Amino acid sequence: MTREKPEKQTPVKNPQPAPGAEPSGPKTLKVKHLTRVEGHGNIIVELDAENQVRDCKWHVVEAPRFFEAMVQGRPYEDIHHIVSRICGICSIGHQLCSIQATEDAFGLNVSEQTLDLRKLALHAENMQSHLLHIGYLVLPDLLGVDSVLPLAQTHKDELVNLISCRRVANEFSSLICGRTTHPQRLIPGGMELIPNQDELTGLQAKLYESLDRMDKIVDLFAALSDKWPDFNRPTEYVALVSPTEYALYSGEIGSSKDINRPAQLYQQITNEYCVPQSTAKWAKNTGDSYLVGALARFNLNHRLLSPGARKAADKLGLKAPAHNPFFNTVAQLVECVHSAEDSLEIISRLLSRGLKDEKPARIKVKAGKGVGAIEVPRGILIHSYEYNHEGRIVTADCVIPTNQNHANIQMDMNAMRPMLSGLEPEAIELRLSMLVRGYDPCISCSTHLIDVTGAPKDSLVKFVRV
Amino acid sequence: MPAKPKVAFFDFAGCEGDQLQVANLEERLLDLVSHIDIVRFREIKTEKRDNYDIAFVEGSITRPEDEPRIREIRENAKILVAIGACATIGGINCLKNFINESEYKATVYGDFSRWYSTYAARPVSAVVKVDMDIHGCPIDKNEFARAVKELLLGKIYSPPKYPVCVECKMAGNICRFEQGRLCLGIVTRAGCGACCVNEGSVCWGCRGIAPDANMDAAGQVMDEHGFTWLEAQDHLRLYFGCNINKL
Repeated sequence: MTREKPEKQTPVKNPQPAPGAEPSGPKTLKVKHLTRVEGHGNIIVELDAENQVRDCKWHVVEAPRFFEAMVQGRPYEDIHHIVSRICGICSIGHQLCSIQATEDAFGLNVSEQTLDLRKLALHAENMQSHLLHIGYLVLPDLLGVDSVLPLAQTHKDELVNLISCRRVANEFSSLICGRTTHPQRLIPGGMELIPNQDELTGLQAKLYESLDRMDKIVDLFAALSDKWPDFNRPTEYVALVSPTEYALYSGEIGSSKDINRPAQLYQQITNEYCVPQSTAKWAKNTGDSYLVGALARFNLNHRLLSPGARKAADKLGLKAPAHNPFFNTVAQLVECVHSAEDSLEIISRLLSRGLKDEKPARIKVKAGKGVGAIEVPRGILIHSYEYNHEGRIVTADCVIPTNQNHANIQMDMNAMRPMLSGLEPEAIELRLSMLVRGYDPCISCSTHLIDVTGAPKDSLVKFVRV
Repeated sequence: MPAKPKVAFFDFAGCEGDQLQVANLEERLLDLVSHIDIVRFREIKTEKRDNYDIAFVEGSITRPEDEPRIREIRENAKILVAIGACATIGGINCLKNFINESEYKATVYGDFSRWYSTYAARPVSAVVKVDMDIHGCPIDKNEFARAVKELLLGKIYSPPKYPVCVECKMAGNICRFEQGRLCLGIVTRAGCGACCVNEGSVCWGCRGIAPDANMDAAGQVMDEHGFTWLEAQDHLRLYFGCNINKL
């Protein structure tokens, strides 16, 4: 992010301009407050007289909210509740990651049933977030409209199908977590309340139905496959990996170019560095940047996808390793099918075992550190906490997926420059907006770690620092 | 108000979860847009116009530069509606108000803290007149739909003045204090149907202090059930930060 947050209609002043980076060329193209993304970001393009692109930059201008300071001294029961408010869209992911870190700090293991329910919660969030991105945020670009709303006239059936799918995903989250956004049931040690047998059976039927509907969305996107810009830039892909499943809730941190590491060693992968154009630290591991999110997960773990999801990938022409960042949206669609199928499997396991009315495990607080690592819709999320002997937070640190992608977005923009030169400004704007949108950036999240001091090298994102 | 009012959405410091609830209306969003004209909704729509009748504002005011922006929105809009706890009561953002400003700035920004403008988080109503509040963290999409319906009928929706306890009893929940848990349902404004308690949790207070709340009695209840001052403070600061001087 930048430290300056321009208001609408006020000129953008780059507070710390790189030499020659400010509008010195004949034309500067500004996409201020990029739309159809979560949070506030700007794209700044410099053109010369012949519409040759001299430079393009990705700025994040979200208002900082100081979550880092907010959780200090708070008791462990409240932490997941507070950090959930970092982001409305990935609130379930933030809660689960926070709970994992807290349980790790106190050395607590939860029951198998709780684990299954948490995996379901994550699948539900993946589906609701992905479908929002695929359908409401990206699809309008492919169909040449400004939002999903005009599709009610032009593509009624497709839109109704998409909305029904998303409604099921939302009902799925409410049923497991109690609510779709900032839910109440997920707590350290277990669940406040669990769904009953009938509710799960009802959910099964809905998920089967939604698999058929997703098939139609896959067909729609397969038909639109020529709309993606032809752009390839191999990079490093980082995601959780597990030998037994398509890793979402747990696993080691894997990379396409590096060894696997346990989550506790996350700082060895998310090496941070500073850039003059942004106060957000960027991340790199073996190369100049790396990518997290659905595309990284697909590239690393595609063999463990459910059969239906693999079929969907074939239909969509998605093959690992895929190096086109625009295909992140396609990989999300493949993951939606996987989440639905894997959820069906988990539900039938829960039902055949019989639901137990478990109370959350009793927590014995102790001083210590804990780390949680989870794949949320936009990539790998890490929370790391230190607790005192009263179970109150001493320090916390949070590595947000979108932050890990900022450098990769900028590198993609650099690589795209030759492709853009000579295009009309509107076309350049659309192409770059589509690129950023494709990453599904969650800027509200990513803004919580501004640190340009360059002094401590210990973490990428200072979410909480004491 | 024209028959089909123009509606715009804006966000300040917040998680955008409230606008997400509007998107989550799913099919009903399509019904809604047949009665209103959405001219600005950055989260889902690219085209934007500054000509609007109703402005929905999410998020808290946390920086000096937020003030001219919210004033301009106020000037443009015939009706300004605050949505979500951050906008209506300051919400979770107010947690930072209990930390010394130079301390939290230095904590986060180190030597560069002078670059960042920030001050105590406040609700929208602290800066401009707000015509209507839709409470909650996040807002309830059904309450949102109801409030919009009332606006279209020329009315201003007003949430209940009594505390969550009333609705919680109707929902048939066991009192959390009887279970040894601290719950703010005794003083929090109702309208949510005690949704968090229904899900096994406690009331966290996200809808703000009820106008009719008896804070002295609440203090007594907490005392009687053996909660310490620190435990009470932890809960009260979570959402009531901007009203804390009333406590």
